[in-house]
Amino acid sequence: MGEFRRAGRGLINKDNPVHFSFDCKTYQGYEGDTIASALLANGVHLMGRSFKYHRPRGPVGSGFEEPNALVTVTRGKGRMTSNLRATTMEIYSGMEASSQNRWPSLGFDAGAFNNTFSMFFPAGFYNKTFMWPKSFWDKVYEPFIRNMAGLGPAPTEVDADVYGSVYGHCDVLIVGSGPAGLAAAIAAAKKDQSVILVDENAELGGSLNSSPSVVIDGKPASEWRHKTLKALSKASNVTLMARTTAVGYYHDDFVGLSERLTDHLPILEGNQIREKLHRIRAGKVILAQGAIERPLVFDGNDKPGVMLASAAQDYLNVYGVAVGKEAVVFTSHDSAYTAAFELADANIRIAAIVDARIYIPTSLITMASDRGIDVHVGKVLSGTSGKKRVSSAEIYDPTSGAKETIKCDSVLMCGGWTPSLHLWSHSKGSIKWDAETGVYLPDVANENCVSIGASNGDFGFKAALDAGSKIGGGRKTYTVEEPIFGTGEVFSSLPSYKKSSKQKAFVDFQNDVTEKDIKLAVREGFRSIEHVKRYTTNGMATDQGKTSNLNALEIASKALGKEAPQVGLTTFRPPYTPTTFGAFCGYKMDDLFEVTRKTPIDAWAEQQRAVFEPVGVWRRAWYFPKAGEDMHTAVARECKATRDSLGMFDASTLGKIEVVGPDAAKFMNKMYTNPWGSLKVGAARYGLMCREDGYIYDDGVVGRIAEDRFHVTTTTGGAPRVYRHMEDYLQTEFPELDVWLTSTTEHWAVIALNGPNARKLIEPFVEGIDLSPEAFPHMNVREGKIFGLPTRLFRVSFSGELGFEVNVPAQYGKAVWEALYEAGQQYDITPYGTETMHVLRAEKGFIIVGQDTDGTVTPQDAGMSWIVSKKKKDFVGKRSLARPDLTADGRKHLIGLLTEDSNVVLEEGAHIVADPNQPIPMDMLGHVTSSYWSESLGTSVAMALVKDGFKRMDETLYIPMGGGIVHKAKVVKPVFYDPKGERLNVV
Amino acid sequence: MFLIHCPYCDEKRPETEFAHAGEAHIVRPNAAEQSEMTDAQWSEFMFIRDNKRGDSCERWWHVNGCNMFFNAVRNTVTDKFVKTYKMGAKRPSNAQIQKWKEGV
Repeated sequence: MGEFRRAGRGLINKDNPVHFSFDCKTYQGYEGDTIASALLANGVHLMGRSFKYHRPRGPVGSGFEEPNALVTVTRGKGRMTSNLRATTMEIYSGMEASSQNRWPSLGFDAGAFNNTFSMFFPAGFYNKTFMWPKSFWDKVYEPFIRNMAGLGPAPTEVDADVYGSVYGHCDVLIVGSGPAGLAAAIAAAKKDQSVILVDENAELGGSLNSSPSVVIDGKPASEWRHKTLKALSKASNVTLMARTTAVGYYHDDFVGLSERLTDHLPILEGNQIREKLHRIRAGKVILAQGAIERPLVFDGNDKPGVMLASAAQDYLNVYGVAVGKEAVVFTSHDSAYTAAFELADANIRIAAIVDARIYIPTSLITMASDRGIDVHVGKVLSGTSGKKRVSSAEIYDPTSGAKETIKCDSVLMCGGWTPSLHLWSHSKGSIKWDAETGVYLPDVANENCVSIGASNGDFGFKAALDAGSKIGGGRKTYTVEEPIFGTGEVFSSLPSYKKSSKQKAFVDFQNDVTEKDIKLAVREGFRSIEHVKRYTTNGMATDQGKTSNLNALEIASKALGKEAPQVGLTTFRPPYTPTTFGAFCGYKMDDLFEVTRKTPIDAWAEQQRAVFEPVGVWRRAWYFPKAGEDMHTAVARECKATRDSLGMFDASTLGKIEVVGPDAAKFMNKMYTNPWGSLKVGAARYGLMCREDGYIYDDGVVGRIAEDRFHVTTTTGGAPRVYRHMEDYLQTEFPELDVWLTSTTEHWAVIALNGPNARKLIEPFVEGIDLSPEAFPHMNVREGKIFGLPTRLFRVSFSGELGFEVNVPAQYGKAVWEALYEAGQQYDITPYGTETMHVLRAEKGFIIVGQDTDGTVTPQDAGMSWIVSKKKKDFVGKRSLARPDLTADGRKHLIGLLTEDSNVVLEEGAHIVADPNQPIPMDMLGHVTSSYWSESLGTSVAMALVKDGFKRMDETLYIPMGGGIVHKAKVVKPVFYDPKGERLNVV
Repeated sequence: MFLIHCPYCDEKRPETEFAHAGEAHIVRPNAAEQSEMTDAQWSEFMFIRDNKRGDSCERWWHVNGCNMFFNAVRNTVTDKFVKTYKMGAKRPSNAQIQKWKEGV
């Protein structure tokens, strides 16, 4: 056992030594050690470098509040995690940890030149410096900032770990397993409540683990803890969860718990879940998170070896580690005396207790002198010396001006205690300022939640235990012997003989924010604490200001000459501590990341080696390349085959809504711009839907199956929103209409057959439908059978060719497709994908809502005034279409473009101008919405939204592409192919 | 994540089953009213919303549930639902909202 280990203390397993490496050097610790405790046991305090000045740093705390000791742990490919707190990472055999933000090494860091020149790096340095010239931004400033930013390295490989996600429920969720949490758990368990008790640490027990002198109900705290945990673990209605952080508190008592399952294990087996996010809906939440000790803000308070008094106490009692050989204690609160005495009793020399207060309980001074410790009353530390470890501290007497230097290898500071309000604030519980203790405390709860013990400002073991028991529903009061927790004073600014500008008194250790930075921010006009925070970056590091927020508030409010509550407190937001993305992601990775909707015919397309594209959440066949074909040649072939003979297309993704009921036609009249009453049974019509604001919302072909039944189709992407739109109006505006709506998108497989041979193909297989052109003209729908299976057969075309859409129940989709494909071989039937579908429709000038329209296009803008009924008294959008702005000059119109060089396929989204030589920024008339190579026409075709486009027919416009390339194009009507529509009627 | 009481299902269900659907009690003018409305009045109906701080009436849709639209009083400061009620019920008075809040 090394010179810094103390026998007979702590929860570590001294029978199981563990070897691990830090910065490539091997150290020995014990099972139960953290990286920090094991390194301290080896006499190592230097564990990291600060963010801005690269100052050498050691651990300030002993837990999740730690700002300084951040490390990177690597365990094989895809398993590197940076910015882990050395104070919470448990060591395991073979662990590889390294320090961060230093180069070339932790001991010698070139970045520390920032420290030497720190006077040039005040608060707001980046905001002030990287301003001009503008041209410097890309090449000089941004690379510089990126290089400086971030502590640990970002992983470059895919995360190899597996994460889990689970929902849970309980009557009572207790956060924190200290005396308050445990007492609450016992009481609630006895009331037959289902209880979940969580604690972020590896060992449950909280402060009980660090308080050997406390006696509860006649038993030492450790024994009481042991007995209580044993009883709780036996209770079937209690779940105990260690290494589990309550990361966020959401509406209606919904709490996210992040459980770390493998980070402490030496060997990972198979697909063990690394971290699991529990989403717990609790009947009631008890917050027993405790309090975090506050550092004191004095010159040199960031040297390795300077730490919180409670942290030194934890290292001694939880890990059996002495943080040094001789320590100076600097405090403004009684509680540090207990820490000092415990350390002294463990053979750590307490060189002095320096207390900034004048009035100190005499009992403490007596107890100190009993141990031979000098108490310096009303004095402060005005500085420390030492580079990579504190070597002495300077005691200053503000009354006499006397200074005294005292040798030490550690300084233990205590500026009071900050109750943890994080989860309470997540839940939007209000807080109140307690002027006496200088802290914020929970006030009025917003959820069914209560804060007890130290997190409620009720310090001491008895107070915590009794509060826990009461809140848990019990009546027990505890008999406790404990050292006095006592009280303290808040010093927002400690006296010093040094000028403020000469001091390095850190408030936020991780982000290197000093007292003078905060004062500077106030001098420069920042008033709100939220602004001071962002300007100085105080509290914005990975520790989110757990140790610094209240000190910053005190300093800012003093500088502003206001009371702290008038300055406010920055907002606490989830997560409470940094949480891996993996935990939030859970199982939703790779194939499970997003639902992929597939049509019934998808498997066939996959077999045929179709190339797919995502369309919303659908996966659609994009094109079907033959050997040696690229997209361009494949699409050209598909287009030509369809126009020449026969193409088949899987249109199953079309949205489908069955509109049924006595008032179905009336309802359709309200929802679409065109009339429906006159539509005969068996006929189909193209419908255009507007929103109430008059802009195009969706379109599609609608067939009237019966007097009271419409088969409505919508765009692929629009199906859910159209259904919602219809339901909304039906339920809320037209409830008098007797209609009901059913989404049938997934019920029908749709096979579109296009080309002059389409009729010939299906004729032999269709029963009960006369397919002759006279009996079944374009834009009609019939019910009958195909291959003996029920079908709704539409004669409709989205290509301009003779076309049919075969609707069959989804389960028959693939069989019917395969049968048609087989039978179609004689016509050289060609399956095509979405790209060819787009080319064919663009050649005809058919719009795609959402591509050729963008939510600001009226039917008139799209050249579709013909479809807007003038007779109907009301339809959704009618009144808005009469607004002057929607009929005014200067609106963008949908027109066609033919490029001067017919080989140039314009880029979709490219901007259009009248004069390419005008000065930048140019007056942009609009943009290209659709653009394709048309194999059938031997030229490119494009559609575009252009200002006053209808008035610009035959005008030449320009499309500047940058780099001196300017395309020239003529404005035409957007129907390029078969403008008379003769091909629809090929016999 | 909220638990929202659907007045049609008469059950509290998780927020993921619901979708927010804008401000409640904005009645769409019928055809005759529309034709009499000035452009200014129409744009008031179309675009102007109270966006109230405090108790506010909202529409919600039980989209992944019973598919019904309903109304709710919710406080936009605390985020809390005060009460949900069926479509067609009148806008509650301030006194009524107060009673609901007091659990009367």
